[in-house]
Order: sequence, then structure tokens, then C-alpha cells
Amino acid sequence: MEHLKTFWKRRGLLWELVKKGIKLKYRRSYLGIIWSFLEPLMTTIVLTIVFGTLFGNKKENFPLYILCGRLLYSFYSASTKSAAKSIRNNASMIKKVYVPKYLYPLSSILYNYTITGISLLVLIPLCMYCKVSPDVRMLRALIPFIQLFVLTYGSGMILSTVTVFFRDMEYLWEVLLMIIMYTSAIFYYPERLIKSGYDWILKYNPLYCIIMNFRYAMMGESMYMSYLITATVYGVGLSIIGTYFFYKMQDKFILAI
Amino acid sequence: MGKETLIVENVGIKFNLSEEKVDDFKEYIIRLLKRNLKYNEFWALKDVSFKLEKGDRLGILGLNGAGKSTLLKVIAGVFKPTEGKVTRKGTVVPLLELGAGFDKQYTGKENIFLYGAMLGYSKKYLEEKYDEIVKFSGLKKFINVPIKNYSSGMRAKLGFAIATISEPEILILDEVLSVGDGKFRKKSEKKIMEMMEGGTTVLFVSHSLQQVQRICNKAMILDQGRIKAFGDIDEVSTMYENMLENMEKE
Repeated sequence: MEHLKTFWKRRGLLWELVKKGIKLKYRRSYLGIIWSFLEPLMTTIVLTIVFGTLFGNKKENFPLYILCGRLLYSFYSASTKSAAKSIRNNASMIKKVYVPKYLYPLSSILYNYTITGISLLVLIPLCMYCKVSPDVRMLRALIPFIQLFVLTYGSGMILSTVTVFFRDMEYLWEVLLMIIMYTSAIFYYPERLIKSGYDWILKYNPLYCIIMNFRYAMMGESMYMSYLITATVYGVGLSIIGTYFFYKMQDKFILAI
Repeated sequence: MGKETLIVENVGIKFNLSEEKVDDFKEYIIRLLKRNLKYNEFWALKDVSFKLEKGDRLGILGLNGAGKSTLLKVIAGVFKPTEGKVTRKGTVVPLLELGAGFDKQYTGKENIFLYGAMLGYSKKYLEEKYDEIVKFSGLKKFINVPIKNYSSGMRAKLGFAIATISEPEILILDEVLSVGDGKFRKKSEKKIMEMMEGGTTVLFVSHSLQQVQRICNKAMILDQGRIKAFGDIDEVSTMYENMLENMEKE
């Protein structure tokens, strides 16, 4: 209760920090926030040419398939990376003024989430291109999108705590993120992996579950219940562990930064 | 009067000074295997207790490394004490290393709102006080310039102007009255005097004994993390002078 009260009192600061992240991301670039549409659109074109045309994935909605995967994955990767660095990057502030420390990782996840939310608008022209007609049922995609936030929050809290004490985690995480990327079926169809008997790699990967359900919802197919459950279990589990771990260690941060 | 605004009880803070800071996995594992993870325990503060009443102005004296800044940080809430308790009644505004916490890519104006939010001021309040902050800092011409182009003196001025915009119950000053040029120094000292007349409790660290004598009514000598003397300013500053003289003789 006490914590919720402080959180409410400090919402102004949280908002300032989120705003700062968004503002600074595109500062001094000519196109500014337009990049958050343009960048995913351009990478989708490249990936479609490489994995669609050259590797022969010729299904009609392949660009949409890739865009969904890439958008969600790059949110996960960008915000866990910036959450991991958030405590160290704000060291000079933390040493001077008392502020609830979880605001730093939380705000870095939230600003990436906002930018990704804006990027999602790119799906509209792409749906038109892939001849997927808009449908109210597409709104179901919000469920995996929210699950993605919970999963990212949990991972981010754990990473930010660990990185304070072991800086190597930053680099190790880069490698782990690459493994996560290849096991989340972002630019290939999962059937190939499933046929080869390695389907457990996908089934127990929460990010894959989230991305697939998001795609199903966007393409008007029904979502997998088991994927919803896996993503929820991971998300809630990691969030509880992350929050507890962060809370237990936060008073020691200042001695390590 | 006679109301206690700050109570510090038996505060101690312990640091683990490992000779080299271990902050990577490899090093940690190697040391763990060699059973080489020894820590040098070091009490930066020990058994520190005192009370301040509304309107008290405490000067904290001591040599470098005596624990002065650590004590201020404990009171500001930045350090959590290993043992003991600090009770603060009302808002605390810390003025430690002014301007060090700004975002360099942000402009002066944006930093006012960011830093203000850090100190716990609401956006509405900052908007009301915005003109006053800018005027006090004297940086109107540069307010839309990114902070990275400011000089350190300009940053400190802006930091001071933001932090002192409200009248907190407890004000923490760490060597900040030596900020900026002579003109600004006078202005900031005047501002602090005004706040003190309004009944703010002040904790003040300075190496200049004269400055402490001019501002404070009480003083404390810290030596290796312990309170050596606490009391009336005249008494304690005489003691401190004697202490320094004795050290020179040795």
C-alpha cells in the first residue's frame, strides 16, 4: 500500500523520464518520430527480399509475418538492453537525490513500449498490401502485446539488478538475445523446426508464444491457448522474481555504482 | 520553536572495501574458488546520534574522510544506514554536487522540469515557478541550449536555482556556497539566509570555518565517523581550532 502511494506521488517523475527517452531518441534527426514507422518498414522490405524471395518463402502474407515478429522482438531486445544499463547510466542522479530506483528501469521499458506502440501503426499499410482486411478481431492482438510488456518488465528488473554488480551481464545478454532471436521464429516459418523434432525449443520460449499469437490475431486466425498460458506463466513468474530481487538488492546499488 | 525536525539515532554505515572492486563474473568465480573474497570492513559512520530543532543550523566540521558527506547522504536518504534510524519531519532538499545530475543532451528548460520532478516538485508547481527559476539563475539567454554546452558554473547556477525554489523543512548544503562567480555567490548566500529566517533547518558542510561561524548556531566535529563534539557553535569551533593546531604541532 505504502509503495503504491509513493508510486502515485512519483508518477510525474516517471512521466518525465519516459518523455526524456522518447524525445532524445530522435533528437537532431531530420525525420524524427517518423523513423519509428520508416525503420521497421524498411527492414521488413529487406527481410522480405532476403528470406521471402531468395529463400523462397512465397506465401502472400510473409511481409506481415516478418514485420510482426521483428517489431515485437526489437521491443524486447531494445528495452531489456536499456533497462540493464539504466541504473548505471543514472548513477550520478542516484548518488545525489533519493528517488525510488525502480523508476529508472521501468521508465526505460515504458518509453520503448510507447515507441513500439506508435510503430504498430505501420501494420495498417502492410495489412492493406498483404490483402488482409481489417477486422475487429485484430484487437485480440492486444493480449499478447500486454503479455509482452509483463515479460519485458520481469526480464528488465532482473537484468538491471544483475548488471549493477556484474557488468559482464550487458555483453552476455547480447549473446543471449541473439539465441532468443533465432529461437523465436522471426524470419522463418516454425514448421521446419517442428518437423525436425526440436519443437520444444519454440514451445517453451515465451517470446515465440507471444509473437505467434500476435501474428495469428493479426491474420484473423485463432490464438493458441497453450501459448497464452506459457507467456503468462513466464511473464508473471519473471515479474515476481524480478521485483523481489530488485527490492532486496536496491540498497546495495549505491555501493557498487 | 522547540519542534524536532530531524532525529538521528545510533546511525552507522559500513562499507565493504574490497581492495580491488570485483565486478565481473570471471574474477568473482576465480576468487570464490581461491577463497579470496575478503572484504575490508570499514565503518564510515558509527554511533552517530543527534537531534535538530526547527530553525537550527548545524555546521559539520571535520577533516577530509571524516564522514561528513556520508552523513549528509544518509540524511538525504541516498545511503541507507547499516544500523540506526533517521527520522525526518517534512521535505528534504539536498544540494550536493550541484548540476551533476542533469541530462547533457537536454536543454536548460527541459532539465528544469526533469530535475524538479526528481526533487519531488509537481509539473504545475514548476510551471508556476519557471520564470522565477530562470530569472534567479540568470541564464535566460541560454535556456534553450543543451546543457552540454554550459560551463560547470552555469550548470551549478541552474541546479541551485531549481533546488531552492521552495522552502523545504530541511536543507542540506555540501560546499555549495562556493558556486559560480562572486555575484552569484552573494545572491545564493542571501537566498539561503532568507530560507533560514523562514525556519528551515540547515545542515552545512564547509571547509571554511568562518563561513560556518557566520551561518550556523550549532556545530559538530566528526572524526573517523564518530561525533567528537556537538554543541554551541562558539564552543565547538574553538575546540576545532585547537584540534587543528594540535595536529600541526605533531
